[in-house]
Amino acid sequence: MYDFIIYAVIAGLLIAALAGPLGCFVVWRRMSYFGDTLAHSSLLGVALAIVASINLQLAIIISCAVFAAILLLLEKRQMLATDTLLGIIAHSTLAFGLLILSLSDMVQVNLMAFLFGDLLTITQQDLIWIVATCVVLAGLLYHFWGEFLALTVHKELAIVEGLPVERLYALLVLMIAMLIAVAMKIVGVLLITSLLIIPAAAARRLASTPEQMALGAAVIGCLAVAGGVTLSFYLDTPAGPSIVACACVCFLLIYARPVTRA
Amino acid sequence: MSHETLVEARDVSLSLGGRKILDRVNLTLTKGKLLTLIGPNGAGKTTLVRIVLGLMQGESGKLVRKPGLRIGYMPQKVFVEPTLPLTVERFIQLGARGQKVVAANKVLDEVKVGHLLRQQVSALSGGEMQRVLLARALSHSPDLLVLDEPAQGVDINGQTELYELINTIRERHHCGVMMVSHDLHLVMAATDEVICLNQHICCHGKPEHVSNDPAYLALFGKRQAATLAVYTHHHNHDHDIAGDVIKPKDGHRHV
Repeated sequence: MYDFIIYAVIAGLLIAALAGPLGCFVVWRRMSYFGDTLAHSSLLGVALAIVASINLQLAIIISCAVFAAILLLLEKRQMLATDTLLGIIAHSTLAFGLLILSLSDMVQVNLMAFLFGDLLTITQQDLIWIVATCVVLAGLLYHFWGEFLALTVHKELAIVEGLPVERLYALLVLMIAMLIAVAMKIVGVLLITSLLIIPAAAARRLASTPEQMALGAAVIGCLAVAGGVTLSFYLDTPAGPSIVACACVCFLLIYARPVTRA
Repeated sequence: MSHETLVEARDVSLSLGGRKILDRVNLTLTKGKLLTLIGPNGAGKTTLVRIVLGLMQGESGKLVRKPGLRIGYMPQKVFVEPTLPLTVERFIQLGARGQKVVAANKVLDEVKVGHLLRQQVSALSGGEMQRVLLARALSHSPDLLVLDEPAQGVDINGQTELYELINTIRERHHCGVMMVSHDLHLVMAATDEVICLNQHICCHGKPEHVSNDPAYLALFGKRQAATLAVYTHHHNHDHDIAGDVIKPKDGHRHV
């Protein structure tokens, strides 16, 4: 059996399973642009890592964490509207990342792989990173699920009721950043947000509790990965876009059904 | 601070963007007592509530909360993201995490909307939402209820009923209540103390006293106040259009 396919499937399924519930928070909190910005800024991390020749996966994780922290700080300051701020950071980091990559002497930097993902080139080492990150994220998500939910439903009620809302929010943002960092290999910088929001949005239609929606999003995400990898394997299409296309088809199928409840 | 005192604010002041929002405000919230905060728009009522709740800090002055104080808060307006599927039961349980939990159906029954238990929060009407919020505030047996315009978006009949309910809850749970309200005539009977706020405390005291205070009359107009008039006394200061105090010639004096 081809190892790379097994690696690709395991990595893809794990990430989709976590992107489902975390993506629900992205949808509920209207943070999709936030996810985009983190993903784009990680390209700057990639570029710097290549120039400084340090471990790529580590560089992506660090740059996602750093930019998540910067975004949290800037959001608190409220100098500019959040969407303006996100737009500035998303596109400048993307621009600087591409600039640095083009100036570096490194030949053969496969830019497409970073922009749209390259699931089928996942190595055993990549897989270890992904598994480790996903296990930590799953543990945290399970443990803090109720807290995250409470602060998402109403921040001020949660504060008055005694939750350390600022710290929880920072943790949630960092977790989303970590997932984006490891998911970059799968769908690439430009498509990551879709893996977070499309399955969650699709699952909304079928769910009447937050947990159902999270679980549904995870299942739909896994179906999309399975479909995308299959497509990619047999038709030689790029894996990232194939996965996103499959997720989109799931979304359309679910929303094409007539509404059965209010 | 006596053991019956829940929150005590001393000379709390706050400016935002160079504008004075609160000017040396004093108040005491006591177990079993209902304090109503009235004042025109922009008077700093919500800001004062947020300071009491610990959501904001004053710039100067002192705020002391009883150690371990449990607060039930009913915000002015709650918007629950419609993409978040959430039943009323779950919404109430979210507020009671990790504390001594009262079952959701019990608190819902207490505010007389037991039938909403399995409804989706995003599908509630304004009045239903207010009661569900009240139920959530009650769910962790609070020492203090803080209600920011609880009757907003509720029809007149519903308003009277809601205020009666709040009073019943206060008596049954023997908790302190701080309430922001425009409807002094509706809350008068149950209120122990009224604070009329317009950046500073214009007047305070028993509702029948405040409703005849010249500062109150100056803020809310004689016509509205006439429906409540019990007795009159002399103005000690006036307000201009911006709500600032105009000092009378004989000097400004507060009661």
